[in-house]
Amino acid sequence: MPKDGGIGASSKRREDVRFLTGAGNYTDDINLRGQAYVHFLRSDVAHGTLNSVDTSAAEGMPGVIKVFTGADFAEVGGIPCGWQVTDRHGEPMQEPPHPVLAQGKVRHVGDPIAAVVAETREQARDAAEAIEVDITDLPAVMDMKEALKDGATKVHDDLTSNLCYDWGFVEENKGAVEEAIKNAAHVTTLELVNNRLVPNAMEPRVAVGDYSRGTDDSTLYTTSQNPHVIRLLMGAFVLGIPEHKLRVVAPDVGGGFGSKIYHYAEEAFCTFAAKKLNRPVKWTCTRSEAFISDAHGRDHVTKIELALDADNNFTAVRTETYANMGAYLSTFAPSIPTWLHGTLMAGNYKTPNIYVNVKAVFTNTVPVDAYRGAGRPEATYQLERVIDKAARELGVDPVELRRQNFITEFPYATPVAVEYDTGDYNATMDKLLEIIDRDGFQKRLEDSKARGKLRGLGVNCYIEACGIAPSNLVGQLGARAGLYESATVRVNATGGITVMTGSHSHGQGHETAFPQVVADMLGIDESMIEIEHGDTANTPMGMGTYGSRSIAVGGSAMVKATEKIIAKTKKIAAHLLEASEADIELKDGQFTVAGTDKSVAWGDVTLAAYVPHNYPLEEIEPGLEETAFYDPSNFTYPSGAYACEVEVDPETGKVTIESFAAADDFGNVINPMIVSGQVHGGLAQGIGQALLEQTSYDADGQLLSASYMDYAMPRADDVPFYQVDHSCQTPCTHNPLGVKGCGEAGAIGSPPSVVNAVVDALQRAGHDVTHIDMPLTPSRVWAVMKG
Amino acid sequence: MYAFEIERPSTVADAVKLLKQSDENQALGGGQTLIPTLKQRLAAPEVLVCLSGIDEIKGVCTDDEGRICIGGGTTHGDVAAGSGAYPALVWLAQNIGDPAVRNRGTIGGSLANNDPSACYPAAVLASGATVVTNEREIAADEFFEGMFATALNEGEIITEVKFPVPEKANYQKFEQPASRFALVGVFVAKFADGVRVAVTGASEEGVFRWTEAEEALGGNFSASALDGLSVPADGMISDLHGSGAYRAHLVSVMTRRAVEAA
Repeated sequence: MPKDGGIGASSKRREDVRFLTGAGNYTDDINLRGQAYVHFLRSDVAHGTLNSVDTSAAEGMPGVIKVFTGADFAEVGGIPCGWQVTDRHGEPMQEPPHPVLAQGKVRHVGDPIAAVVAETREQARDAAEAIEVDITDLPAVMDMKEALKDGATKVHDDLTSNLCYDWGFVEENKGAVEEAIKNAAHVTTLELVNNRLVPNAMEPRVAVGDYSRGTDDSTLYTTSQNPHVIRLLMGAFVLGIPEHKLRVVAPDVGGGFGSKIYHYAEEAFCTFAAKKLNRPVKWTCTRSEAFISDAHGRDHVTKIELALDADNNFTAVRTETYANMGAYLSTFAPSIPTWLHGTLMAGNYKTPNIYVNVKAVFTNTVPVDAYRGAGRPEATYQLERVIDKAARELGVDPVELRRQNFITEFPYATPVAVEYDTGDYNATMDKLLEIIDRDGFQKRLEDSKARGKLRGLGVNCYIEACGIAPSNLVGQLGARAGLYESATVRVNATGGITVMTGSHSHGQGHETAFPQVVADMLGIDESMIEIEHGDTANTPMGMGTYGSRSIAVGGSAMVKATEKIIAKTKKIAAHLLEASEADIELKDGQFTVAGTDKSVAWGDVTLAAYVPHNYPLEEIEPGLEETAFYDPSNFTYPSGAYACEVEVDPETGKVTIESFAAADDFGNVINPMIVSGQVHGGLAQGIGQALLEQTSYDADGQLLSASYMDYAMPRADDVPFYQVDHSCQTPCTHNPLGVKGCGEAGAIGSPPSVVNAVVDALQRAGHDVTHIDMPLTPSRVWAVMKG
Repeated sequence: MYAFEIERPSTVADAVKLLKQSDENQALGGGQTLIPTLKQRLAAPEVLVCLSGIDEIKGVCTDDEGRICIGGGTTHGDVAAGSGAYPALVWLAQNIGDPAVRNRGTIGGSLANNDPSACYPAAVLASGATVVTNEREIAADEFFEGMFATALNEGEIITEVKFPVPEKANYQKFEQPASRFALVGVFVAKFADGVRVAVTGASEEGVFRWTEAEEALGGNFSASALDGLSVPADGMISDLHGSGAYRAHLVSVMTRRAVEAA
């Protein structure tokens, strides 16, 4: 029987009512009295020396309040990077300055040069056209391998080269890996590209800066996944505003996928300008602007080698990746190809020797940072592609080759420094095979053939690490932030509850799922609980939402705070019932003295806390509000097995996804419907990456795919009706809910299945093809078939 | 968008008068190309002459010769609804853009713009249609003059397009993945006196007739008649969505499919 409330119930998403009826409150809905508008003049060349910026004509244009240039920010800090990676030789990464507005040079198309603040948006834009910018073009640094050659043009003149870092992991494994590869019975090698993606959240970014002259308080309303992080980074490192004088509000946010984690120049600008001008300053990003100013994702060029012994056991994995950082270091950019990528290279397999080398490179492109999955899709893609290639080279079943090498005993310490607490990879594979009717594939293949189409089946596994933690470990790894989460549970006098969480919901459904947990613990109705998030003024310091961490870390903080509430209410109930606290049981919203029919209702206890006439004042304080900070002891490790069936049109190269199945192990599940929805969305993004999304720069650094006319996002008819299952559940062993996180799995796990399936289809049709780089557009597939 | 004035004439004569007042005045059909262009500040007309209030250029009817006559201001949606006697044209109109585009965009606007990837030019050219303006009648073969170029004079408005209805016809569109415009679109129309094949999306010169295929199909209207025929890759559009060679290949594939489906 499906539950109708609490943990495990598919409660309907309460926030959707306002989202779907136009009653949401997004940042662009916020308009303040006296608000001015900013338009950013952005570089239209990828690389050049900024000789002069003449704003005199613009300043005289109608409605113009002030024109800002880099010179106005000379005394202000640059945009900080939140993670310092240490290279193979123990040296810190090269970390270039990142000014709010360009100083001395422009480094990518879209780099902001000047900002016009005017009475209206159109006036600001008109005036921006009157700014005269003198730039001497420099060669654009586009190809990562070329960028590392001696004598290459440098993106940052003050750095020794375009190399941000050369990272080896685990450096001590290197020799053993070389030895294992030398002694292998078979080595499969694959060179591949993990294509750059433009995030394209439905809601473009918006920032509104406000300043109160009376109190000297600054407020920033922004489209952020983590308002506290923005407050800390912007306040402490850019503008020098202490937290108690700075409030950051991220109200309803229309999708993030990572791109709204980072602290962006536009946020600092609006906050800074509002104070300078003593007026609110608003910026609303256009879609065109988003393409050249939101941090992009992925963009790895990789060579991976998989060594096997004579019995097809994996003996070593060696991988070398060039990771594009773009022109500047976005907030968490250095951590993505390293700690979120290298640590996952064991995958689901007991490979004893693994060595990961990553060279992070500066280029004249938009900065690259985390995008749904962040490092883990890149790890999964290369590993699952090379395993598939190995199976085909060896003539063995790709499923059986995986099974043979599965990790089956937990906890399992990988050679790349992480310890998987729990999992059952055979269970998810069994479930997958049950869903997809593998035995029926031959029949489906014949049906496709009869219609003139090729058909292929691709399978892969994935593992991810969510809820990155604990803070003391990530600090050693270079994080300049903690990775705990917080929650305050405020019980009101009449029993209703407001939970203030440091997590942030930008589509994930926290307002529905989080109350389910508290309701379950207290035995009260979900409707009595409401979630508040996104405002630093009324939520405890939190690290926000990314990396599938919210329920595992934020949810755990909420559980801890709720446990404190339960402990206190039991004391109150014991007093009211004149019983011993140890005898009090809380069930279905009633406190009962064990073994008796004496009870008191939840609402009576909460009222007593605030109207403490009959109350143990000498023992406990009045009121009922508790806060907890939760710092996990380990990552969580969701895993799964995915399968994709495709048809390929042999005449045009067009690939259609005929079916897609996902068997995931997310540990315990709070709301199965929301979890399915998260997987659906992730799969659409993964399929988008695999088939459609092509970020294309020309040699001069112009973004060719700079609008939806050329950048293909997946649409409803590009994806099938998914078959998703999350009944395989090995609960996480180290958080109170036994949950693992589900937000990124779909995007991590799906690209290899799609590519494996297309390669399978082409090989079955006799084509000599072992790999096609994503996206598998019709023209690429056709070119490969043509040979 | 730069500031502009807008005029809403209710007759073709008034619209023409407004357009001829200045070279800076610009006709606005359904706005599916022009409005995005204005939003990008890539055009700065002084006056937009909006044609959507002119009832005399809207609607679909059949003339004495049995031709389907479509007013230049007729939306794609209304073209689809009113052209039942010409199923290939209905399908084409039904598959342009999305519902919002089909409810605003007009056949006259599309033809006057002559986007090299637009669908209508293929239908007009393959059908041997006649483009009627406020000044004259222009045969399809004389109308299209290369990418974004037509025989229209300044201030000349498409009032009507007259489509002879073929015995058999079909339009095959292979969509560019992002824009879903035609990466290659082929319209094949078989008349009693011959076959016409028009290709859109592929050539740097815009829509063109594939005469070699027309001749082959004129003698034998079957896909096998196309065996061994191909268009040269030279002069085909080459971009991130496909090379010239790919487009040339698709011309053959789509032509064959159109013949089979006609």
